Amino acid sequence: MTDLPTQTTRKLGLVIDLDTCVGCHACVISCKGWNTENYGAPLSDQRPYGEEPMGTFLNRVHSYEVQPETGTAQTVHFPKSCLHCEKAPCVTVCPTGASYKRVEDGIVLVNEDSCIGCGLCAWACPYGAREMDQAEGVMKKCTLCVDRIYNENLPEEDRVPACVRTCPAGARHFGDLSDPDSEVSQLVENRGGFDLMPELGTAPVNKYLPPRPKDSWDDESLLAPFLEPVASEPTGFLGWLDKTLDKLPGGSA
Amino acid sequence: MHPAPSVIAFTTLSGIGFGLLFWLGFDATPPKGMTAFIFFLIAFSLAVGGLISSTFHLGHPERAWRALTQWRTSWLSREGVCAIIALLVMGLYAAALIFLDSHLALLGWIGAILCMITVFTTSMIYAQLATIPRWNSNLTPALFLSLSLGGGALLSGRVTVALILLLIAGVVQLIWWKRGDTAFEDRGSTLGTATGLADRGTVRSMAHPHTAPNYLMREFIFVIGRKHALKLRIIALVLMIGLPVLCLILPFSHILAAVAVLSHLAGVAVSRWLFFAEAEHTVGLYYGMR
Repeated sequence: MTDLPTQTTRKLGLVIDLDTCVGCHACVISCKGWNTENYGAPLSDQRPYGEEPMGTFLNRVHSYEVQPETGTAQTVHFPKSCLHCEKAPCVTVCPTGASYKRVEDGIVLVNEDSCIGCGLCAWACPYGAREMDQAEGVMKKCTLCVDRIYNENLPEEDRVPACVRTCPAGARHFGDLSDPDSEVSQLVENRGGFDLMPELGTAPVNKYLPPRPKDSWDDESLLAPFLEPVASEPTGFLGWLDKTLDKLPGGSA
Repeated sequence: MHPAPSVIAFTTLSGIGFGLLFWLGFDATPPKGMTAFIFFLIAFSLAVGGLISSTFHLGHPERAWRALTQWRTSWLSREGVCAIIALLVMGLYAAALIFLDSHLALLGWIGAILCMITVFTTSMIYAQLATIPRWNSNLTPALFLSLSLGGGALLSGRVTVALILLLIAGVVQLIWWKRGDTAFEDRGSTLGTATGLADRGTVRSMAHPHTAPNYLMREFIFVIGRKHALKLRIIALVLMIGLPVLCLILPFSHILAAVAVLSHLAGVAVSRWLFFAEAEHTVGLYYGMR
């Protein structure tokens, strides 16, 4: 049944740092790679080398410009994948029971053998986290790399979602958000992690960390005094060159 | 939202089909024999035809039976279950009228109520979605039910009832549009809340994740329909309510009745097209679009 569990033992999820994400899309590629070769139907592409290439992606990176009332605009790269919501609306709308939220770790998954490809779960998701695979006709979504994180055949450092493992900027963190002492919970606590579209009451497990405030043009660097020019007037050979060039027609510099 | 023809056909045809079945079930002096056969043939063709067309947009229609299993949480599942029970009950009722010349009134009432529950469950598939504020309202079931009852009355030849119900449906439609036009703003979701960056300034989408559109954009961002929305609303209202009401007021003729029914069906189809084409999904925010 597509009832949501009232409580999950753990809440595995991602914490994404918008301060450090450089928008390189490496997480998009590693996600596509891992999830095409492993769990479930491969993530298909349509016309990959033709006009208007399209395909199924479980993770996409948007880029936004934030313009404050005063000061310069800031670019924020914004990776977005399934947030594994505690009150996942995509699960309860599913007519076949293909969508479910796991009691043991809170991961939201699709049983592709039961999915009829009606698309209603994608309609119910506010975040655009689910995409219908155009070749397979079933719904695809982030599995939190459920086939990596418990996989004892992989070295321990690889037992994290592919996007987290690959991020060169360290902008993606994986862990148990139900444990207040976990690294991810501490990050959320210390950096003021927030939910996306909280007004819709989906209670996402994944959190985002805000960009840190940037330097202002008026801020003076501690090093500024040491950067004063040592000699304002040139001496020696440069002094002679300066004077000689000034004497040439065309005025002094 | 992308206005998929299969879904528009489904809600339009099955809505009016179940409406007709409702009135046939509630009839104190229902048609019998051959007349009953024709009435029920039309009603079942519309209702079943609509249901079958709804399976055309499925990725795996062969697994459609699985959709009957999750009635505890899913309105789509409830709709499937209710539709089948309603059609079975009305099938028995119809068979008794056609072949046995007997009127099982109680069975008809039960079937009629089940037909309206089916239309209600259909409307709830859309009304439940908080992601589409335009649909997410009690007015959506009111719209589907009033159109189904009005259309059904029209198709079953109940002049006075159809007149009243069609006018009510027209008013509900107008209120539904009025509320819908501000529903997205009223909900308060913006690119600022979608990204959580609202308190830092004005957020603007600078680059989409990919240069080409994707499934999400195709499914959720549909702007073509909105350009002519007002004209289409007028066309829908005239065809759905105006012309049929005029035909009903004029002295009865079979040609006018046929015009009224066809005009109503076309009007409901236009209204349903707008229902999807005008609906804005929150996913559009992430793309800086609506």
